[in-house]
Amino acid sequence: MLRGESLAAVRGDRRLFAELNFDLQAGEMLYVGGPNGSGKTTLLRMICGLVLPVAGRVLWGGEDIQSLDDAYRADLLYCGHHTALKDDLTGLENLRFASMLGGRPVNEDEALAALERMGMFEVADLPARVMSQGQKRRVNLARLLLTRARLWVLDEPFTALDAAAVEALRATLADHLRAGGMLVLTTHQQASFDGITVRHVEMGQ
Amino acid sequence: MRGPGLAGIVGGVIVRDLTLAGRRPVDVMTAVIFFVIVVSLFPLAVGPESRTLATIAPGVVWVAALLASMLSLGRLFNADYADGTLEQMLLAPQPLSLIVLGKVAAHWLVAGAPLVLISPLLGLQFGLPAEGLAMLALALLLGTPALSLVGALGAALTIGVRGGGALVSLLVLPLCVPVLIFGAGAVEAAVSGMDAGAHLSLLGAFLVMALCFGPWVTAAALRIALD
Amino acid sequence: MAVNWFKYSSPASFYPLAGRVIPWFAAAAAVFTVIGLWIGFFVAPTDYQQGEAYRIIYIHVPAAWMSMFVYLVMAAYAALGIVFNTRLSGYMARALAPTGAMFTFVALWTGALWGRPMWGAWWVWDARLTSELILLFLYLGFIALHSAIDDPRRAARASGLLAIVGAVNVPIIYFSVQWWNTLHQGASISLTQAPSMAKTMLAGMLVMAVAAWCYTVAVALARVRCEILERERHADWIGDALARESRS
Repeated sequence: MLRGESLAAVRGDRRLFAELNFDLQAGEMLYVGGPNGSGKTTLLRMICGLVLPVAGRVLWGGEDIQSLDDAYRADLLYCGHHTALKDDLTGLENLRFASMLGGRPVNEDEALAALERMGMFEVADLPARVMSQGQKRRVNLARLLLTRARLWVLDEPFTALDAAAVEALRATLADHLRAGGMLVLTTHQQASFDGITVRHVEMGQ
Repeated sequence: MRGPGLAGIVGGVIVRDLTLAGRRPVDVMTAVIFFVIVVSLFPLAVGPESRTLATIAPGVVWVAALLASMLSLGRLFNADYADGTLEQMLLAPQPLSLIVLGKVAAHWLVAGAPLVLISPLLGLQFGLPAEGLAMLALALLLGTPALSLVGALGAALTIGVRGGGALVSLLVLPLCVPVLIFGAGAVEAAVSGMDAGAHLSLLGAFLVMALCFGPWVTAAALRIALD
Repeated sequence: MAVNWFKYSSPASFYPLAGRVIPWFAAAAAVFTVIGLWIGFFVAPTDYQQGEAYRIIYIHVPAAWMSMFVYLVMAAYAALGIVFNTRLSGYMARALAPTGAMFTFVALWTGALWGRPMWGAWWVWDARLTSELILLFLYLGFIALHSAIDDPRRAARASGLLAIVGAVNVPIIYFSVQWWNTLHQGASISLTQAPSMAKTMLAGMLVMAVAAWCYTVAVALARVRCEILERERHADWIGDALARESRS
């Protein structure tokens, strides 16, 4: 389904990685490991099509994602380092706008239900400016409950989450994988799910 | 078709940016106040002689409008870049150029339209005749959207760049020369009793061209900037 | 068999090639400059209207031609770089910009020097001079944007996009300035339309234009070589190329 073929990336004058290959099928997870600065985030952004590879290509269903363009993005959900929340909008407004951008507008009830499942019902009407880092993360991750994207690309999703939220997120990810979804993940947490094939890419070697 | 539809995404982005602007009304006001102050400085510098003022009025108002629209360009993409929402816009399954179009439209409503509305008042201060006042507003109505569209390209190219604010002006102002010439020319023609139709047509042609290519080129610039 | 042009789009094969042709273009530039100036100052007749002062056109006109031509070439390289994603095109565009800006500046400066005896003023808002001034701003914008962005790949692509938009805009700007000029001043004396130009005058200008072109090629290639050395200093072929050069 998702394939990386001899990918290479350069930042400034520095070569981050080269000849990187991976292959991911439906219901599988790709674990991207490695020390800080080894190019994990760059690889994830490359998988999303944000970073152009210096060499090689990323294939989705056998086609280059650069030529698939909008069609590929409809299948994709990316959570990066930033929480992608506007400080001046409330949790609810932020979530609804993010869902609309993701190609699937939701009404207020659906958005509230997703926030509730993330335990964030009480911040629905608060501007993001007053939320804690962990709360912002959880509002952002509520998008996972509303999307129809098959490929989730998550960059350190467990950062700043408390133990209960980590468990809830793990359950959401497991559900997604069991339903045939795909997951690309970087994390320092232990990340394996019962009965799910995990593929590994080790960076910085 | 899935998703919010093409018009829906433009509308959605406009509503969102207007909501954001509404939460920070002072930011919106600064560009308008800047416009008024710059225009008011000219009589102080040139002298209160009413014939001179009426002659330079179209040019003064246009240059001030040009500078005021530069001022607000920094906010167009930089805030969204800093908090990661711009990245999500690039990953949206809808064409990025439509999202850009929505953002530019919202920017114009907030930063351009007030200039159009307030310009007859400033023209009055400079002693422009009635036909000149109407033409000033009309020319700005056609010209300021073009300034926003061209400015968006400059803003996209300089995202996250140090010294971005001054750099945007350096990139965008030379490209805006035709708008300035046709816009100020239309008002001058109207004041001196000539037909301003040719000026307005050229201004309109520039706007149509900017509408067709601007969002598309700006989208390309955004993809380069976030690479 | 078609020549494989893409071979020379790789810095590794371009670097030695550029090194070989630079001396030739530099020598040609020097020779043509001497010939052109000799024609301009000694062979061409004195203009019956403008006297000897007109002779500055042998620098002014080729500089003005080159300033516009170099911008178009720069935009073309930028377009190549964006479409085919070749590094070398970006280097070329970047290397041409300072030379283009220099010619624009020379054209403006010599225009001012010529304007003094012609119009009695150092600067006249003539359509050509004004367009040339805006062209200088476009060059400066390109150079400023390129140097403001840290990542070299993003810098090349972003400023390349700006160069393309600028090139599309240049005719519009030129047209609008022309329009503005005729409205405000009526027909003005144009710098380049010397009445009944003698054949030797034209020959002098053409030879000077060729000299300017050779100079541009030599300088741009030299800059590209520096850029390649700096950007690709980690690549293996650089060491071999430098070793070969120091041997020969």
